[in-house]
Amino acid sequence: MKHRTFFWFILPTLSAMILFIALPIVSVFIQSLFIQHEQVIVESESCGPFGCTPTSSVDTEATAKLREEQPLGRFNGFNTYANRSHLAFAEVGEAWHTTDSLGGFIDAVMDLPFYKALIFTLSYTFVVTPLVIVLGLAIAVGVNKLPKLIKGPSIFVSLLPFLVTPLVGSLILFWMVDGDGIIGATLQLIFDDPSLSIKASTPLMWIMLMVYGVWHTLPFSFITFYAGLQTVPQDILEAARIDGASKWQSMMLVVVPHLMPLVSFVTLMLLMDNFRVFEPIVSFNAQAHATSLSWFIYNDLRESGNPLYASAGATSMLTILGVVILLTPVLIRTWRDFNRKSH
Amino acid sequence: MFLKNLALAGALAGLMGSAAIAADCGPSGHSVRVLGSDFPAIQAVTGTAETNCAANAGEFTITLRDNTRDLMNQALTPNPAEYTSVIVANSTLTQLMNDGLVRPLNDLVEKYGANLRPNQLITIDGDVMAVAFMANSQHLFVRTDILEQAGVEGIPSTVEEVVAAAEAIRAAGIMKHPLVMNMNVGWNVGEVFNLFYFAHGGELFKPGSAEPNVNNETGVAALNSIKSLIEYAHPDHLSQASNETQGLWEAGQAALGIMWGSRGGAILDGEGSTDEITSNTVLAAAPTVAGGAIPAATLWWDGVTIAKNIPDEDAEATFAALASALTADMVAEHNDDAIWLIEGFQPGPAAAGVSATAAGGAKPYPMIPFVNLMHNALGSELVDFYKGDETAEEALADVEAAYTTAAKEAGFLN
Repeated sequence: MKHRTFFWFILPTLSAMILFIALPIVSVFIQSLFIQHEQVIVESESCGPFGCTPTSSVDTEATAKLREEQPLGRFNGFNTYANRSHLAFAEVGEAWHTTDSLGGFIDAVMDLPFYKALIFTLSYTFVVTPLVIVLGLAIAVGVNKLPKLIKGPSIFVSLLPFLVTPLVGSLILFWMVDGDGIIGATLQLIFDDPSLSIKASTPLMWIMLMVYGVWHTLPFSFITFYAGLQTVPQDILEAARIDGASKWQSMMLVVVPHLMPLVSFVTLMLLMDNFRVFEPIVSFNAQAHATSLSWFIYNDLRESGNPLYASAGATSMLTILGVVILLTPVLIRTWRDFNRKSH
Repeated sequence: MFLKNLALAGALAGLMGSAAIAADCGPSGHSVRVLGSDFPAIQAVTGTAETNCAANAGEFTITLRDNTRDLMNQALTPNPAEYTSVIVANSTLTQLMNDGLVRPLNDLVEKYGANLRPNQLITIDGDVMAVAFMANSQHLFVRTDILEQAGVEGIPSTVEEVVAAAEAIRAAGIMKHPLVMNMNVGWNVGEVFNLFYFAHGGELFKPGSAEPNVNNETGVAALNSIKSLIEYAHPDHLSQASNETQGLWEAGQAALGIMWGSRGGAILDGEGSTDEITSNTVLAAAPTVAGGAIPAATLWWDGVTIAKNIPDEDAEATFAALASALTADMVAEHNDDAIWLIEGFQPGPAAAGVSATAAGGAKPYPMIPFVNLMHNALGSELVDFYKGDETAEEALADVEAAYTTAAKEAGFLN
């Protein structure tokens, strides 16, 4: 294809990508470099049904004037990235100097909100992703071997978790694990401990979030692998059988290598999805025990009356950076495979 | 105290009879668009305003929904604003005033406020910024039958007595977790700290500044008071807010509760519970702490504001319509829907708790521009203490650090 033709061919896609992907990211990045204007505070007295109290209020006129002079806010550079809510360089440094053991240092760092969220986000990603891939492949192989009559219904049932809206699915599980719910009450009965509560224990909450994550994303890897299994060449499998390969050997040495490109694809998708885990935390009301980077962005934008755009922007940029770091090994691998095949 | 006055005023109003005169709806043909939270008291006010004045207005819409605080600033920012009036509470008025989105009501009150009582007017430096119509606060709920069964005499009035009563109920083998509190992570955790911090005499900020002031002995004492209570709370308390605690109460799984007064009516009505539970539920003042006299509660009001970015005629029509609903007639029809600040209110059993708490001198929720940021920091950082992962001092130091970070970004601190 000539360069000129290629340019016109790609132009619509390219402009859409610039408009809807690149520009918003640039805008979020710019926003993360600025913080709000200094608020002009005036002392005042407020009176109401419960008497009068001295208080303060924002001088909106003076503040509006400041805002007009600098519409973006005050330039803050990368300070938002370095503050306590994000990478917390000062606090980490102080923890390094004031703690005398590695354990103490790790404890101090894990008390910082960003690292606390990061460790949950990473644990979630690295537990859920491999489990979903392995289990998805196992279910796909199992369903593929079923007689035709029950194959259709089993595929449908296996896909069900994917059809349930994440928010609704996690809410249902949330009610089930309640002390009065079927799972919670059964666990209390089994362990003979009426105060056993999944919602009150950090490790149990983490396990529940991860179990939910596996349950919910399993159908995606299952259906992808199932589709891939339909393309496995039967003659190679037959040849392997003639050569005396066991079922396990032909699975590991023929089927899995054949599905490898799909495994890369599923891994990419799952890493991205799991790294931005969000809905289960909200609907399980799990913020006391687990927070994620996406939950932070949500909290900054919504929870306080003054939305913290810079903070949310900085967390967004760090999330993008995290996704890029996570995906790099998989991308390099895909690139190598591609090069090898094309030569 | 203020409720006693109200009762008196109510009696007077009753004597005068409900002189039903046609409501003054202000200039006709203009637009009235009201946004508010969805609960019975606000339904009563907006519904009455609509009945009175919809015919006079060119457009009359009422939008009642959850989480109005998440959208009210955005909705009032454009000119003309999306709504002509927002029904707010203490904290949300501050949120709107921070961005200068509501207008002073002095002239409108003069023209249309004949029914209003002076203490309904929320003034900031003499400017009326809102007109309150109902009060609310947290207070103690008790099940007298269970206390009696456990051998506890009277109704506990201090935190120490509440803890002793809870222990007696536990020791008697009646309930392992007799107490319910709204301790849901986030806003509720922050609010519970406020209750006990104010009762211990604390101030959230250093006087005259936005510097945080919670990492001190008072803060530690407040946290210890709370910890002594949650020892007896349902194990899932960190995920329980009003709906869950009300549910536990109505299911008979709790004997002591610190809940919102606005839930009193819903608990005492015949729905969702048994007669045994409702007839033995008593609403009492919030407990005091450490020998002090201040009840551990914050006083709240809900009231009417008028948007700034709208034509003056719309503002006038909106205020007139809403003011026409804030009357003794409306209260007579909806007496038990709220603890009304309006003339004609007859405090019933559902109002007893808020009334006693206000009379006891509980503090109003502060109307400070940066209080939301502090509330948010308290809500997220104190959880480690309640879970037992941190000491009170560590948790409070984290609160101050988190607040300072946010306040710097929001421009309140340098």
